[in-house]
Amino acid sequence: MSDNSATQPASPGMAIDDEVIIGLEIHCQLDTRTKLFCGCSTDYRDDPPNTHVCPICLGLPGSLPRVNLKAVEFSLRVGKALNCGIAHEAEFARKNYFYPDLNKGFQITQYDKPIAVKGYLDIEGEDGEKRVRITRVHMEEDPGRLVHKGGADRPKYTLVDYNRAGIPLIEIVTEPDLRSPKEARRFLNKLRATLEYLGVFDSEKEGSLRVDANISIQPKGWFEREGKGKADRGRVEVKNISSYKGVEKALTFEITRQKNLIRRGQKLETATRHFVETRGVTTSSRSKEMEQDYRYFPEPDLRPLRVCDWAAEIMLPELPDARRARFMEQYCCSPIHARTLTGELKLAEFYEKVADIDTALAATWLADTLLGELNYRDMSIVVVPPEQFRELLELLKEGSVTDKTGVEVLRVLLDQLKETGSCEGPRACVDRLGLRVITATPTLAGEDPVVKAAKEAIAEQPQAVADYLAGRKEALNFLVGQVMKKTRGCAKPGDVNTVLANLLEEG
Amino acid sequence: MASVTFAPDDRYNAFITTLSEAETGPGRLSGIPVAVKDNISTRGIPTTCASRILAGYIPPYDAHVVTLLKREGAAIVGKTNMDEFGMGTTTENSAFGPTLNPADPTRVPGGSSGGSAAAVASGMVRMALGTDTGGSIRCPAAFCGIVGLKPTYGRVSRYGLIAYANSLEQIGPMARSVEDISLLMEVLTTHDSRDSTTISCPYRHTPDPSVRGLKIGVPEEFFGEGVDPRVAAVVWEAVTRLEQQGAEIVTCRMPSMSFALAAYYVTCTSEASSNLARFDGVRYGPQADTRRPWHESFQDQRREGFGAEVRRRIMLGTFALSSGYYGKYYAKAQAARQQVRNDFVRLFRTVDVIAGPTMPTVAFRLGEKTDPLSMYLSDILTVPANLAGVPAISVPCGTSEGLPVGLQVIGQWFRDEKVIDVAAAYEQGASL
Ligand SMILES: [Zn+2]
Repeated sequence: MSDNSATQPASPGMAIDDEVIIGLEIHCQLDTRTKLFCGCSTDYRDDPPNTHVCPICLGLPGSLPRVNLKAVEFSLRVGKALNCGIAHEAEFARKNYFYPDLNKGFQITQYDKPIAVKGYLDIEGEDGEKRVRITRVHMEEDPGRLVHKGGADRPKYTLVDYNRAGIPLIEIVTEPDLRSPKEARRFLNKLRATLEYLGVFDSEKEGSLRVDANISIQPKGWFEREGKGKADRGRVEVKNISSYKGVEKALTFEITRQKNLIRRGQKLETATRHFVETRGVTTSSRSKEMEQDYRYFPEPDLRPLRVCDWAAEIMLPELPDARRARFMEQYCCSPIHARTLTGELKLAEFYEKVADIDTALAATWLADTLLGELNYRDMSIVVVPPEQFRELLELLKEGSVTDKTGVEVLRVLLDQLKETGSCEGPRACVDRLGLRVITATPTLAGEDPVVKAAKEAIAEQPQAVADYLAGRKEALNFLVGQVMKKTRGCAKPGDVNTVLANLLEEG
Repeated sequence: MASVTFAPDDRYNAFITTLSEAETGPGRLSGIPVAVKDNISTRGIPTTCASRILAGYIPPYDAHVVTLLKREGAAIVGKTNMDEFGMGTTTENSAFGPTLNPADPTRVPGGSSGGSAAAVASGMVRMALGTDTGGSIRCPAAFCGIVGLKPTYGRVSRYGLIAYANSLEQIGPMARSVEDISLLMEVLTTHDSRDSTTISCPYRHTPDPSVRGLKIGVPEEFFGEGVDPRVAAVVWEAVTRLEQQGAEIVTCRMPSMSFALAAYYVTCTSEASSNLARFDGVRYGPQADTRRPWHESFQDQRREGFGAEVRRRIMLGTFALSSGYYGKYYAKAQAARQQVRNDFVRLFRTVDVIAGPTMPTVAFRLGEKTDPLSMYLSDILTVPANLAGVPAISVPCGTSEGLPVGLQVIGQWFRDEKVIDVAAAYEQGASL
């Protein structure tokens, strides 16, 4: 991922001796085929409401939950990948509260015996490599979804859709180790990459990620001295963040808000606020969630999970850090390219499909060019057919197109993909648009297109010619530019230089 | 498919729902009318838990035990009355009025499976299913003079049983003879992986009425304070008869009895407060007033839909689980529960079964138990088996004041066969 906020300070104007303290709670949807406690399919996209339901996920009286072992296995993979200890005995618990989307009047979650505890994830922090501690990883079910009818602001009535009820989630809680919105964003990117490498998470799915962020501004070094739970100034929990970009936005907004309060000498209350994605602001939440008593107790319908031995048997796939190291060694990628290319599973896999053509050329074109063009179009790497990109790389490598026309071809193909979902072959595209490289003949014959363009440029720009002959060599660059324009970028810059120099010397 | 016609004279108000034509098929229970307690889900047949809050609810699925009954050809002829959600010892706490005791219609049949007991005792059906959370099968069996078994926790699937206290309750058979109890156990113990708290342990057994050499422990506490001496005398006589048949009687102590009742009530009310939270008016019960804010509508539904005893237990359980009280109540109750288990483990090192009265008294008069606490106290002899999860049976062992008295036999975990054997021994010895 490109990080275009890298040049902004975390929080402009903050007192020099204050620091931002951020902890995250991330809910991720586990990409299992069936729900956490029943056999209903989790793939309800495009299906009508309440069509992926059964007595269990509807919470009908008398139904009993049965744990989906795939979800347990996925959670163990996550726990291990985050360097956590696996609980000797994990236990499900009931979180009791009333809400119209809650089918049983309680949510089955894990409370004092989560499946994994005390791990860490290394990220690229503000000051180099940084270790973010993971407090816990626990499993839980999603409740249903409320559908408000008749206008979002003042709905006439509300319906409940239980297709989502019972979708397996894991909640990952970090220690308050993050120090800026940028670090939070990087942590999430790294976490997402890790979950995707593990094959337990599909970030493309709607509602696959939700984040609650704890944030406060404390005197520098205070946290290290005092530890959490003893906030000097109030701590705010921002709930309801549902996108990666949203996290950075919400945190940046919240820091500015808190900083302004501190500057005005106002007291900062510990509170819960909601992030309004559309407006990019956090708003005060009147609900008494902070004081709610969930009356947790062990779920009597499920036995404790004793999964240490199972966890020990689970082999993890190659994770982002290992793949990054391998890319640097096997393909001689630069550290920056290696980080970018391994930052997303699909991207890393894509690179390995095209790297054999020319590892350096492929890395540059993928990490620097293709990603930028995709971001600009809000497209994902998954829509790009690797074989088409291979063909483009081949054209570049054999010198059939210049870098400049290569970009032009890529843009044409991506536009086609965005419009129609498919695109023509790069070779065909080059020929259709007449973008094949023009190679100048060594004889400087008048019919050679480069020579012809160079002669035209010399005739049209007497001042530049005079400057050049007077010894101002930079005038040549101007003339090269003119020739490139006339050849629509298809001439090789080296050829143009040589031809122009020769013609001018001949005078 | 063949059917059984069912047109009972339900003068004891044993049923909430009856089916005039009930399907039957081939199998070990072919053609036998069976009544099912109304907290066990039956597809297409209203299942009310004797509560207004479930008015109009028709389950779209069968409980596992109902599937098993049907598979053996049983004719499910009706759903029986009970204390609302199983909360009571008299079957008076029902939205459908009290059930009367066939042995004496001025008395309660016991509870909470009072409807099933009355249906069997009056001869309307040959057998019935009850559920036992703290004695709810054994108490009405004793009061009505029939046999009732609470199986080992985890032996019979609870899938489809509308939960009152998940960690305590089991579905079990009720019948007039031990032989029928045994037959039903063969059907009910087919394993069901949908209930994670079960263990596959099918019951395949013919009752063996020989008790020669069997060691029967008799805890002093079962004959102590609060137990009617006349009832105690009848039960002692029954125990003596077993001794005459060759069993060895060993008196023993169960110190955990002093806090078993408190542990039981904290546990069951806590679990109930959570289980019953789903009845909020969104999915079940009368149409809610949609103009009211949801939390007010929830309150109205629950205030009006639940009876007084259910509301009382929900409030007790909610309190016991509250932060600041959890450690004092719920956690402590679980520790006490472990002590009850430990008592049984210790006793079963030296004895094979434990015997005593099922209930401290004979059936109460209708309306006699107005004070909840005195009603709770009458569960003292039945709750230990639920707290520990061990099997326990009640078999008729004579009368006191002309009313039936039950002998309770408690066995080791997953040795339901043994308590059935002892009950069979008593039954046969008594008929000699
Ligand atoms: Zn389901």
